[in-house]
Amino acid sequence: MNLAAHLPALQVVLPLAAAPLAVLLRGRGAAFMLVTLAAWAAFAVSILLWLQVNASGPISYALGSWAPPWGIEYRVDSLSALLLMLVCGIAAVVLPYARASIERELRQDVHYLFYAMFALCLAGLAGIAITGDAFNLFVFLEISSLSSYVLIALGRDRRALVAAYQYLIMGTIGATFIVVGVGLLYLKTGTLNLADMGVRLQEMTSHRPVLAALAFLTVGISLKLALFPLHQWLPNAYAYAPSAVSAFLAATATKVSVYALLRFYFSVFGETAVFKRLPMEDLMLILALAGMFVASAVAIFQHDLKRLFAYSSVAQVGYIVLGISFDSVTGLTATIAHLVNHAVTKGGLFLLLGAVMAGMGGTTLARVHGIGRVMPLTAFGIVLCGLGLIGVPGTAGFVSKWYLILAALEKGQWWLVFLIVASSLLAVAYVWRFVEAAYFHAPRADLAAVREAPAGLAIPAWTLVGATIWFGLDTSVTVGSAARAAAMLLGTGAP
Amino acid sequence: MLAHIWSHFDYWAMIFLAMAGLFIVIARGNLIKKLVGLGIFQTSVYLLYVAPGKIVGGTAPIVAEGFRVYSNPLPHVLILTAIVVGVATLALGLALVVRIREAYDSIEEDEILRRDQAPDGGGEA
Repeated sequence: MNLAAHLPALQVVLPLAAAPLAVLLRGRGAAFMLVTLAAWAAFAVSILLWLQVNASGPISYALGSWAPPWGIEYRVDSLSALLLMLVCGIAAVVLPYARASIERELRQDVHYLFYAMFALCLAGLAGIAITGDAFNLFVFLEISSLSSYVLIALGRDRRALVAAYQYLIMGTIGATFIVVGVGLLYLKTGTLNLADMGVRLQEMTSHRPVLAALAFLTVGISLKLALFPLHQWLPNAYAYAPSAVSAFLAATATKVSVYALLRFYFSVFGETAVFKRLPMEDLMLILALAGMFVASAVAIFQHDLKRLFAYSSVAQVGYIVLGISFDSVTGLTATIAHLVNHAVTKGGLFLLLGAVMAGMGGTTLARVHGIGRVMPLTAFGIVLCGLGLIGVPGTAGFVSKWYLILAALEKGQWWLVFLIVASSLLAVAYVWRFVEAAYFHAPRADLAAVREAPAGLAIPAWTLVGATIWFGLDTSVTVGSAARAAAMLLGTGAP
Repeated sequence: MLAHIWSHFDYWAMIFLAMAGLFIVIARGNLIKKLVGLGIFQTSVYLLYVAPGKIVGGTAPIVAEGFRVYSNPLPHVLILTAIVVGVATLALGLALVVRIREAYDSIEEDEILRRDQAPDGGGEA
């Protein structure tokens, strides 16, 4: 048996199998080892898949040897390969951090369940990115969503329970909208294979059930990716979840939903049906801009750092959707590059906030006064990630904003350039609130003896901070893959 | 018009159930009632899949002498999966409500929000 031919199946099966095994093992050390090994193996598989796709084009894997479109197909192309690498890479970094972090934040007897849920969430997110089957996509979406509700509810604060409940209600409504959309498409086309669906929809893109399906899918997926004004579940969920969970979800969950949106828009409905015949460009532009400005403005007035940066995530989703609204190769390149860049930056940021939580006992702005003196490295890392969110040259955020501005100029919308820069100024304001608290105030008397975060927390966090800088200087992986994926989605280049 | 509604009555039933479920989720403050509404909303979609799968006079898709019209079995299988997802969601939702009641001693949404605002006026958790 040739193992290399089964890499696409292994991508999902490794974390999926690790979850029940972790529950059976019960020991928290054993569960940690198992899930971490599975995540690292999945990361290795995703790198191999990425190399293989770059060398020889998309991979189609017939699950159980049932040939597509009748059987379930796993399909890896340049876009899904990048997403898989992102999701598994973040999981591989966050898991070692989680060991040190949940030691402080969770009761010991639930640790093995935490690892099992984490593995399930990873399996679900990887599944969404790899599957070529519409209903399979829904099932994986629910696997990742249900496990993330549990992970959020594990938070120490009782408000985590309410946040998880609200996310469950909103997330289930979103998922149900997605099922309705998939159902209508299935009724019209008689197939669930995404590529096959795309071919069969060519002649009927203006039929009313197809338009209704487009509407249901857009609303459903927008709920999951927290597009303004459907973002209400996000700030509380990120703010009260355990630190490792905030970092993992902030870096991956909304990004994978963006992937699902891109997949449906460009591979199933087709670019002409969505953007040329319907006013989707204007609609997405307006929602993206509203998200960028309103969420950034709300972020400025938050008292808690985790909530502040959660609102910043909503604003960053605005930039990602803005790139989609341009409907051009440059715009999509910006979107896909920003998926990766923002995931790395925000992931690093939430990992560092977890270190702050461990050191200072909380993340409110009043509590972190003077953290620049007692935890200088952590504070400096947060400032670096903050610069990445603003989009300062030399950080990953600059690269994606640069491509956004190029895309705007390409379409002759020079006024958008001013808006992009203006919204970045709002980001300066909310990052400054941290800088002011960290460097221009003396630490509280009872916190003056706090030490720098331990290595178990600092090393994973700095790995992602390092990646933020690295992707700002060397864009061959991010922008290179993003440009290939964008050309593939718009059908202008080799897949 | 009436004939049109009658010939599409499964879709009308689906729309009614979906809207009723969504209304309950939005309008009710009781966390259990919200979950009931969510359950009705999810169930309505099962109808959207299962009803068109049945063809009048159709039989199970087994090749046999004398049968030419078959019903599509795939929607039922899909909905079996969706039902499992729905059960898991409801179970998790109810478990969360139990924990919320333990932590807040209430399952009314406005009461819970009020209790969270009272102890930490300054935003310090």
